[in-house]
Amino acid sequence: MRPQKADLLVFSEGDREGEVIRPDDLKTGAAPLRAWPKDPASAVVRDGSRLNELLLVRLDPGEFDDDTRPRAAEGIVAYSAICTHAGCPVTAWVKATSGDNEVLKCMCHNSEYDPRHAAQVVSGPAPRRLAGLPLAIDDGSLVVAATFIGKVGAQQG
Amino acid sequence: MSIKQWLLSSTFAFACFVSPAAIAGPIDNYSPVTSARLENPEPGNWMLYRRTYDGQGYSPLDQINTTNVKDLVPVWTFATGVVEGHEAPPIVNNGVMFVTTPAGQVIALNAKTGDQYWRYKRELPDDLFQLHPTNRGVGLWQDKLYLATTDDHLVALDAKTGKVIWDKKVQDYKKGQYLTLMPLIVDGKVIVGGSGGEFGVRGYVVAFDAEDGKELWRTFTIPSEGEPGHETWSGDDWKSGGGSAWMTGTYDKDTKTIYWGVGNASPWPGGLHPGDNLYTSSVIALDPATGKIKAHHQYHQNDSWDWDEVDAPMLVDLQRDGRSFKSLIHPGRDAIFWVLERTPDRINYVAGWNFVHTDVWKGIEAESGRPIVDPEHKPTLGKRVEFCPSLWGGKDWPSAAYSQKTGMVYVPANENFCGGFTGEKLPLVPGQLWLGTKAEDIGLSVRPGADHFGELQAWDPATGKKAWSHNFAKSQLFGSVTATAGDLVFAGGTNDRMFRAFHAKTGDVLWEQKTNSGVMAMPVAYEVDGTEYVAVQSGWGVDAQRIQDALSKDNVGVEDNVPQGGVVWVFAVKK
Repeated sequence: MRPQKADLLVFSEGDREGEVIRPDDLKTGAAPLRAWPKDPASAVVRDGSRLNELLLVRLDPGEFDDDTRPRAAEGIVAYSAICTHAGCPVTAWVKATSGDNEVLKCMCHNSEYDPRHAAQVVSGPAPRRLAGLPLAIDDGSLVVAATFIGKVGAQQG
Repeated sequence: MSIKQWLLSSTFAFACFVSPAAIAGPIDNYSPVTSARLENPEPGNWMLYRRTYDGQGYSPLDQINTTNVKDLVPVWTFATGVVEGHEAPPIVNNGVMFVTTPAGQVIALNAKTGDQYWRYKRELPDDLFQLHPTNRGVGLWQDKLYLATTDDHLVALDAKTGKVIWDKKVQDYKKGQYLTLMPLIVDGKVIVGGSGGEFGVRGYVVAFDAEDGKELWRTFTIPSEGEPGHETWSGDDWKSGGGSAWMTGTYDKDTKTIYWGVGNASPWPGGLHPGDNLYTSSVIALDPATGKIKAHHQYHQNDSWDWDEVDAPMLVDLQRDGRSFKSLIHPGRDAIFWVLERTPDRINYVAGWNFVHTDVWKGIEAESGRPIVDPEHKPTLGKRVEFCPSLWGGKDWPSAAYSQKTGMVYVPANENFCGGFTGEKLPLVPGQLWLGTKAEDIGLSVRPGADHFGELQAWDPATGKKAWSHNFAKSQLFGSVTATAGDLVFAGGTNDRMFRAFHAKTGDVLWEQKTNSGVMAMPVAYEVDGTEYVAVQSGWGVDAQRIQDALSKDNVGVEDNVPQGGVVWVFAVKK
């Protein structure tokens, strides 16, 4: 099952794998955290499909466009970690090929996505933006506010 | 016109109108493929990856030749409807053509008319990631075809209908294992090797029974504890040491020996896997009956440059230094043109020389053939190291060709490219790139003063002398080469979308055609009903595109604007 409203978010890698991510874990402008959604009722981490893996990044809310702002919580935005070109994991946080902003980049074929503009493609072969996952803060925790906006994964075939 | 006349004429018109559509469907009179036919293919067919088991990429057809190639015109084209890199040779068996595309499609066509018989589309899983979205062709045996897929399955199809006969999982795509090669068919066995050298795999070559898909043997390219060669590894490095085997092997039918190329060690910096690292960046000689490794030759030790040596060596009977011997010829990704001798139980070094500029090798040890590395240009941990040629090497996977008429080897080489990165110890996360450097740190640079990049080279393997080279001022050369008895060499590979015919003796461009996209695929020559055709797929992508991306940032006047989309082109001499 894809991420659902009210899901918590947990680290998907590193020393704190499985721990719930709190807003303070994200520093403005820092490299994204990789996360899985977690059903708060059953405590099941929804990691059965890599299509559920997320990138969380915190930015200055003033940089967000009108599509992105309503999805963000305290400047934190979440996107699918799966590149829409050939389905590779989006892993890099680097200066864009054009411009000075840092962008999410897939290193398989160099597609770049701007998280300030709803992850629109700014460079490379990707045919469409990363799916976005609206966030909210609930009782101090970062939670999913709605299901994915946009299609997750690559167009295969 | 009477009613009867009208009926007759309309019936005639209808019959004419429907005749192309009537071809669609099962193939009648399909010619079963046998060992005898694969070992001695008819001159007009192209049924193996390089037409013949020896990997020479040479067609004995000479109807199209140096005098009439100027009159070559397209006779039909066929849009595949697929983007990404189209790398497969059109496989031709007595008038039937099988073309594969990225995303695992197989299209059966009438090789004379271009009419479609059937199309198979692999349904790929929605969570699949494809670092190399491509495919290099179907293998043929009896009345079946064999397709290796990027979700790491081997699929047997009915050649007449395209219906699936069996479908076997080869490895787990979720761990970065995948298949892109054309299967090698030997004595009723379907043999494939895995990709995934950038995902920390342990490479393998595996054989299946062509009839029922039963796995017969699986030979890992990195020996485990207790196996010869394991001592060339430290600790547990061998478990994730790379050695992918993602190109089709060649085969000596007399000694029943398969020669299979093995890929880079992983992760890239050699400091992360001390030792020679057998059998990475090597050729291994396999017994097709058992998969046993009979012999090997490692081109370079402790690979640190991503220099896969997966392109299998060509088998050529050579006269050199006053003696005749059975050679293996391999223009390496490591920039060395290798000439080896094959015997039933050994592979011996004969000669090696640089065929493009490299600063990595100081020389080659005369007896062993071990290249002597300059540590200044060997990637290491914690320090950026530059080296030439680039990660893509002097020649990547695109095949060279050997002409039995001229005795020359034609090499799609790249000159004046260098690369660099900073080695770093990074954790292996299954399914994520594991390079031993940050992917964003990888560079492709152009040597100062470079006046060209791609080079089609003609080498005499008997003397080590270069007969000619054709240089491309503004393009890499990233496409396979095919030679014919018409003293022609066909190649695409450039970013101007051209497909060209060169004079095999002089290197002169005798003919060229601008195509829909860039041509990175292998050209073939075949014959139907007494007419010779030349066919190639045009469809840019994968590493030709990656180099283009990199070049477009190097301020050398190259734009990243080669269009994608696959088309099969078939040419003949205008009558």
